[in-house]
Amino acid sequence: MRYLITLKVTNRPDTPPPGELMEAIAKLGEEATKAGALLDNGGLAPSDQGARVELVGGKLTVTDGPFAEAKELISYALYQVRSKEEAVEWGSRFLKIHRDLWPGFEAEADVHRVFGPEDFA
Amino acid sequence: MTASDPNRVVEAVWRMEAGRVIAALARIVGDVGLAEELAQDALVLALEQWPQSGVPDNPGGWLMLTAKHRAIDLLRRRSRYEQKLEEVGRDQERRQADTEAEVVDALDDPFGDDVLRLLFTACHPVLSTEGRLALTLRLLGGLSTEEIARAFLVPEPTVGQRIFRAKRTLSEKQIKIEMPPLPEIPARLASVLEVIYLIFNEGYAATAGHDWMRPSLCEEALRLGRILAGLMPGETEVHGLVALMELQMSRTGARLGPDGEPVLLLDQDRGRWDRLLIRRGLAALQHAESLGTLGQYGLQAAIAACHARAMSAEDTDWDRMAALYLVLGHVAPSPVVELNRAVAVSMASGPLPALEIVDGLRAEKALREYPQLPAVRGDLLERLGRTAEAREEFERAAGLTRNERERSLFLRRVKALALEE
Repeated sequence: MRYLITLKVTNRPDTPPPGELMEAIAKLGEEATKAGALLDNGGLAPSDQGARVELVGGKLTVTDGPFAEAKELISYALYQVRSKEEAVEWGSRFLKIHRDLWPGFEAEADVHRVFGPEDFA
Repeated sequence: MTASDPNRVVEAVWRMEAGRVIAALARIVGDVGLAEELAQDALVLALEQWPQSGVPDNPGGWLMLTAKHRAIDLLRRRSRYEQKLEEVGRDQERRQADTEAEVVDALDDPFGDDVLRLLFTACHPVLSTEGRLALTLRLLGGLSTEEIARAFLVPEPTVGQRIFRAKRTLSEKQIKIEMPPLPEIPARLASVLEVIYLIFNEGYAATAGHDWMRPSLCEEALRLGRILAGLMPGETEVHGLVALMELQMSRTGARLGPDGEPVLLLDQDRGRWDRLLIRRGLAALQHAESLGTLGQYGLQAAIAACHARAMSAEDTDWDRMAALYLVLGHVAPSPVVELNRAVAVSMASGPLPALEIVDGLRAEKALREYPQLPAVRGDLLERLGRTAEAREEFERAAGLTRNERERSLFLRRVKALALEE
């Protein structure tokens, strides 16, 4: 089963992310990759470098960023695991290193199951 | 909103950590069976405690530490027993403290060497193939005996016996849980790769049946392959096997039609191939190629890559594929490889040269019961306009296959050819 975990920041501390955190993130990513679980991941640039395509009432509009968001989407990770609980465990490990290494940081990680061939059988 | 079920959390963490925990304990106590028992004790404690006390902050670490303590207790009891036997009472406290510190230190395994040793032990050539498969899934995959039994469509006691016998063999033959000496590594690694690929194929062949455990064997094999690639990054064939499995897996979504019937590779809707797995497979193949000469798995991956790279069946580089099959036939000679080469040759150069290859295989004992031989021959004969002979071949193929879906596929060809006659 595949799960996509998206990370949204709800409170960003004034201090920049410490070097130790970046190291821990890299280490956890390597661990998850070597465990055969992490298939793909990436960090997302601030919305001022992006755009939004909207469909409203049959009309398309394109707006350039930035967009004011209470919860900023900052990264995603795609996991191949055997259960939802395993995906949740990887997501928890990711948030725990933030808790331990970047005081004041608050976020939510949403765990979505990705449809696979088994859903269309 | 509901909190997650602690039992399911225990199960998930167990599956994630079982291999590492058992591997670490196996090194300390020197016995695979005992290591597994101790790790199981930790699992039982987690199942008892987590629902009450809540899931610990670091559940994987909790399992490892709890298992460590079981091992320490065991060593203490043992050393106490031995000391009593020898009637040596002095230094007991100090010795115990030493043992405990040593055990805790020794249980750290930052490079995963324990897991690698355990994998090589579970795939040891002294064990039967069935024993190796079951033991690997049990020790490295954290699968229960029941799950393994369901995956292999055999009764649970049979799997229990296989695991029991495998453990007994390891202990009777005094197989040490260690990496083989350097000169033996290629042969021993071949056994590990074979086990992983057999697990994969067991799942991949499971087009029939609706039990999710069978296809999940593919995922389990791929996971083991990826772990091994991380532990032995310099081994060409490990990356070759991972590439092969990633590429084969990429076609899962296109292998069955709407009624569950198998769809031949060339007829598959390539839009349903998994692009991410293809990308990973091609990257693993490129990595394997950068490390050295491709072996049998890498070559098969290179063949699978010919399909993966082609946007449509017509775009396939059949010349390259036929050449790769020729090399594969030298590295790992097999009539099945030769039959596949014939198919590639027929696409590259037409049915006549391919028929020559296939006719050379008709005397092969190994292919006597193999439905694909008459099926391929029938296909070539049909393309050559030899309709009656082609029909006979598909009839033969239908009589040989044990797969119902495949049989109806062959019988449809028989019917269509009969109309043409």
